[in-house]
Amino acid sequence: MSKEILIIDDSPSVRRMVAMTLQQEGYEVTQCEDGAQGLDTAKAKRFDMVITDQNMPNMTGIEFIEAYRNDPSSSGVPIIFLSTESEGDLKNQAKAAGALGWVMKPFEQAKLLAVVKKVVGA
Amino acid sequence: MIDEETQEIFRQETEALIESLQECLLQLNSTPDDMELVTQVFRDLHTLKGTGAMFGFARLAEFIHDFEAAFEQVRSGNAVVTPDLIAVSLKAYDLIVALLEGEEPPTEQDAELKAALGAVTSGGAAPAAAAAAGDAAEEAPAAEGELEGWKLRFKLPPEFMEIGGNPVAILEELMEIGGPDTKVEALLDGLPALAELKPNELHTAWEMILPPSADEGDIRDVFMFHEDSMELELTAIRGAAPVVEAAPVEAEAVPVDAEAAPAEAVKTEAPKAEAKKSGGKKSGSANVQMRVSAERLDDIMDRVGELVIAEARLSDLAQKLNDPNLTEVVEDIQRLALGLRDTTMAIRLTPMSSITGRFQRLAHDLAGKTGKDFDFVIEGEETELDKTVIEKLSDPLVHILRNAVDHGLEDNDTRVAAGKPARGTVRLKASYSGADVLISVQDDGKGLDPEFIFNRAVDRGMISADANLSRNEIFHLLMAPGFSTAEQVTDLSGRGVGTDVVKSTVEALRGSVEIESELGQGSSFTLRLPLTLAIIDGLLLQVGEERYTVPLAAVEGIVEEPEEIRDGTESTTTVELREKLISIMRLREIFETGGTRADHPKVVLVRTGDQQIGLAVDRIIGSYQTVIKQLSPMHSRLNVFSGATILGDGDVALIVDVAQLVKAEGLDHDNKEQAA
Repeated sequence: MSKEILIIDDSPSVRRMVAMTLQQEGYEVTQCEDGAQGLDTAKAKRFDMVITDQNMPNMTGIEFIEAYRNDPSSSGVPIIFLSTESEGDLKNQAKAAGALGWVMKPFEQAKLLAVVKKVVGA
Repeated sequence: MIDEETQEIFRQETEALIESLQECLLQLNSTPDDMELVTQVFRDLHTLKGTGAMFGFARLAEFIHDFEAAFEQVRSGNAVVTPDLIAVSLKAYDLIVALLEGEEPPTEQDAELKAALGAVTSGGAAPAAAAAAGDAAEEAPAAEGELEGWKLRFKLPPEFMEIGGNPVAILEELMEIGGPDTKVEALLDGLPALAELKPNELHTAWEMILPPSADEGDIRDVFMFHEDSMELELTAIRGAAPVVEAAPVEAEAVPVDAEAAPAEAVKTEAPKAEAKKSGGKKSGSANVQMRVSAERLDDIMDRVGELVIAEARLSDLAQKLNDPNLTEVVEDIQRLALGLRDTTMAIRLTPMSSITGRFQRLAHDLAGKTGKDFDFVIEGEETELDKTVIEKLSDPLVHILRNAVDHGLEDNDTRVAAGKPARGTVRLKASYSGADVLISVQDDGKGLDPEFIFNRAVDRGMISADANLSRNEIFHLLMAPGFSTAEQVTDLSGRGVGTDVVKSTVEALRGSVEIESELGQGSSFTLRLPLTLAIIDGLLLQVGEERYTVPLAAVEGIVEEPEEIRDGTESTTTVELREKLISIMRLREIFETGGTRADHPKVVLVRTGDQQIGLAVDRIIGSYQTVIKQLSPMHSRLNVFSGATILGDGDVALIVDVAQLVKAEGLDHDNKEQAA
């Protein structure tokens, strides 16, 4: 059974890029536009992995992580945080909130895939 | 004045030294270019000379001085190892042994041997070989600081699995980087007591040794997300510095910083790994060893046995009281007792190689005396056995080996006439089989003639002429008292051990002797011995109202009892399991245990020899530290039990000897072949 991954990002182009990269490798991808929508989706269904951006309307990535980790259903679900170099300390905040790891934007497809494979397996 | 204990230590030390000396000399005979052996001979002689002088063996020390000088010539490349040198050296060796045993051989012998040693090492030097040897000797000490591997110790954060991390994936990734040579060990010290253990928290740490081919950056990348929230120590293992005593060099600890990936600062730890690796005899002085009397070891073993029983009672009690604090202490004690048990047993284990030297010499001498040309092959020298067992085995093995050469092997002409290679082969082989160790002596000689053995047994009045014996039973007549003839073909190592002593010695060690032979093709005598004598890991089984233990090492699997045989009441039956036909022994019927049947009975699959057998039981209680207590002499005839053990609640469980039970139920191969 193919692994299901949830991508939360307000930028359609980033979502599209991530989705395409992962779909090509056989992953199933669900897309959400912001943290609030992502939280509802993630709580309703268990994903093999969640990838979230930080700067989004309604709910930021870190707020999403905190809220999701407060829900018992998030236990064991890995979260990867998308961050940019300029955002400095954010990735540490994300880790403290309960992210497993992070990917720096801009990223190459190969780099993203490597991280995904590492976290959920091929 | 030197006290007795010191004398004893000296005796033990020299015994080991001369054993090693002889072994090296014999090996040099076949591999004369092995400079490591030459160095070892030199070293052994040097130590013998030094300690000998200290203990008042002046003549010995003086003689060895010249013996040593001869090998110094070889070591420095001015002489080479020749058959002549080995022959003279073996004679010199004999003189050393005689001197150590306090004999006083004629003093001319010393001078003659010295002259002979001088003569065989002063002749033609081989410059090329000498140069090569010299180079090798110079290169021998490993280049300083060469990378030998990586030692990695890591502990992920407790919430690692909670946030979606997968420790197995981490381990797999590391194994991929390290390849098949990677060693990994789980460190369980951080585990909380069972009552406080949350299943989704990670408390295990791991220690790995990765080969030098592993890239440091790759290793660190595995932990890229976690470096600042985990414990991570990556240490380069460097080759030993030339001075062995050098203290380990401790550099700055690695600054753990996720951003600064290419961390150059690395702890270096010098000789530890090196010392671990070189366990062998030829490792030189790095191994610090101590000699302890076997009696004290026995004493420790007894106490460990009692400790294990007491610990079982304690853990029983803790379970009833259900106090997490107590449970935690009990678990600690459990771990400690288990470790203590393993260490104690490991101390008692000695590799077969500790006695194979004398067999090599025996084979060498037998070849000379009998004029039979044969290869003597030793396999599985690294197989370890309890020290007591090994020592007791030496004489029986000498006997079997001598018989194999004297009576088994034909002379070379007869062999050629029979279409066999002129050189015979005698093989001494040791290996593990389940909870047992097998030691066999095989020859490719003329084999045993059942008819001849049968007739001789009749002649000697051991059996009646109309006795109906299986082939196997006839072979075992060889080991009955009164069978072997008084004539000894050789006087070598004649220690007066009759073949019947082989059997009684082995049986006293809870072992057995198996004989196989094909007329014209050869024979093999196999001694089957238990690995340890005192404590084993057992699997505790419930059958009716009784509990029994089988050695865990013999257990290969546990399955639900197949429906189709559940209602049977025969003591044995056969069923197809995992696409194989397997004989099942119903312990309930065999031991007439009574009691009610369990709803979900189990079959324990055990290995005995090359057979897999199922034991039908009611319930698996679990693995259990089994301290073996001998049955009283009154019960010693019950050979289907190898002993008994005391359980935590004070009850007794009998230890099932699967091999004997299989025999008693007529399921062993010999019987099957007969039936077929």
